[in-house]
Amino acid sequence: MEWFKKIKPKVRVREKKVKMPEGLWVKCDACKEIVYKQELEKNLNVCPKCNFHFRISAWQRIEQLADPGTFVEFDQGVASLDPLGFKDSKRYKDRIKENVEKTGLNEAVICGECQLGGFPIQMCVMEFAFLGGSMASALGEKITRAIERSIERRMPLVIVSISGGARMQEGVLSLMQMAKASAALAKLSEQGLPFISVCTDPTTGGVSASYAMLGDLIFAEPRALIGFAGPRVIEQTILQKLPEGFQRAEFLLEHGMLDKIVDRRDLKHTLVQSLKFFLAEPVEKGA
Amino acid sequence: MMYQAVDFERPIVEIEKKIEELRIIANGGGMDVDEEIRRLEKKARRLTRDVYLKLSRWQRTLLARHPTRPYMLDYVGLMCEGFIELHGDRAFADDHAMVGGMAWFEGIPVMVIGQQKGRDTKDKVYRNFGMAHPEGYRKALRLMKLAEKYGRPILTLIDTPGAYPGIGAEERGQAEAIARNQFEMATLRVPLIAAIIGEGGSGGALALGVGNRVLMQENAIYSVISPEGCASILWRDTAKAPEAAEAMKITAQDLAELGVVDEIVREPMGGAHRDHKRAASLLRRVIRRHLRELMAMSPEEIVAQRIDKYRQIGVYEEI
Ligand SMILES: [Zn+2]
Repeated sequence: MEWFKKIKPKVRVREKKVKMPEGLWVKCDACKEIVYKQELEKNLNVCPKCNFHFRISAWQRIEQLADPGTFVEFDQGVASLDPLGFKDSKRYKDRIKENVEKTGLNEAVICGECQLGGFPIQMCVMEFAFLGGSMASALGEKITRAIERSIERRMPLVIVSISGGARMQEGVLSLMQMAKASAALAKLSEQGLPFISVCTDPTTGGVSASYAMLGDLIFAEPRALIGFAGPRVIEQTILQKLPEGFQRAEFLLEHGMLDKIVDRRDLKHTLVQSLKFFLAEPVEKGA
Repeated sequence: MMYQAVDFERPIVEIEKKIEELRIIANGGGMDVDEEIRRLEKKARRLTRDVYLKLSRWQRTLLARHPTRPYMLDYVGLMCEGFIELHGDRAFADDHAMVGGMAWFEGIPVMVIGQQKGRDTKDKVYRNFGMAHPEGYRKALRLMKLAEKYGRPILTLIDTPGAYPGIGAEERGQAEAIARNQFEMATLRVPLIAAIIGEGGSGGALALGVGNRVLMQENAIYSVISPEGCASILWRDTAKAPEAAEAMKITAQDLAELGVVDEIVREPMGGAHRDHKRAASLLRRVIRRHLRELMAMSPEEIVAQRIDKYRQIGVYEEI
């Protein structure tokens, strides 16, 4: 397949072991059962008792999806500044510093190149622990560069989203990142390169109202909260209680907004099969 | 229409009322009040200048939401001829918060689209306070694609508190509709000028806002979240909205400095609501200049310029 250009990794491979809280046992948030941690991890952090999908870090996600040893990170130095000099109870600058120390990341997304079932792809995975995966200049820049790399290297793009919404501390610059990424995706689409969006719990606000909802395919994890407005804002506006399951993945699927809800343990397989559908040379049986 | 004043313009309105009264007295009884009127007029002018030259960001927010500010259809009436409204998204409904149609701007056929707020209570409800549902954004996109098909420039007039947060809106894909508009607008092969004429409320504004040019009236605001919303999240107190407005930097001046807005459009002294006609003529002049520039460009240049404009926005470092 001359379709995919071979490239030499320019950046060192990050082999980072994911930190987990101490203790051998974990209590499941959903079924309240006590689960043996090793068993949980082996099950990709899905509760073996009730299938509840525990939130995982971006690096854990990359480990679960990328073919072993193939992930090469890009743009890890792209970092947030404080363009507005924003201060509420804390200065935005200090919030950034804390989150960098806490997560070891400079921004709420890890972008890189890897193989997925042998297909070279660009992949972006958002990190909720970094300021709630909020949309910001550095984040928009990294996503846009990843889209542009997809175009340059003629590779498909996979973005795994998790976001609580806008980063208010960057004001309208946060908003503009939606247009920046969406415009880049329009160019990607013109090139006929596949983009698969995976929405995880939660994917709301500016991220949902831009790239997360623009995939050729849009997958979501079970029970993930996905929507434009947050449930609290809606409740305060309409002064009604929201129906059970509102804005959950199953609700979106029912309303035609998702292609498929994919169990985390099937995610890699489903992504690979999708890439095969789009890209692999057809082999006629019995020909 | 009863003139409704926001707090900080009340002293000016008081003086203007007094002048009006004196004029009536003078007309009736031949009393000489000319000098008094002149004195009061001078005072009103000075006061207006003092108040309006140093408006806080919150005061501008109040002007952007002023109940007598010209709305989308007022500007269409004052700037365009022959407006023919076109309805519906051809899929679900006609959203009354979103208005669009064919019109002639100085003889040029343009598709004009924008959110419409209501004046009185009944009208406000009919227009859903200028907050569109997904079908509104889809109608807007349908009209933009129609304009593109026939090579007509697009003019969007943005004035919305935001996209409507409700059950039906989420069921029908508010996020998708807003995302889709940005995606499709990026590559439209005709000139697109977006003007923020009041409230530029977050994604609901951006869904009409991906333009070759983004213009903003001097008392309009454009923000990722309302000052009240920001205050309730970060300060846990909506009364802190004025502080949030300051912190988020939401005025035309701020946005021009951040590279988001291309030109600030002047308003009549005291705000667009004080003189609708003058406000429209100031806006028309700026739109005309940009439209001429853009109409001289090829479709390829139009698309490249628009995408590049957004590509440049953002402040970050590389370490
Ligand atoms: Zn469980």
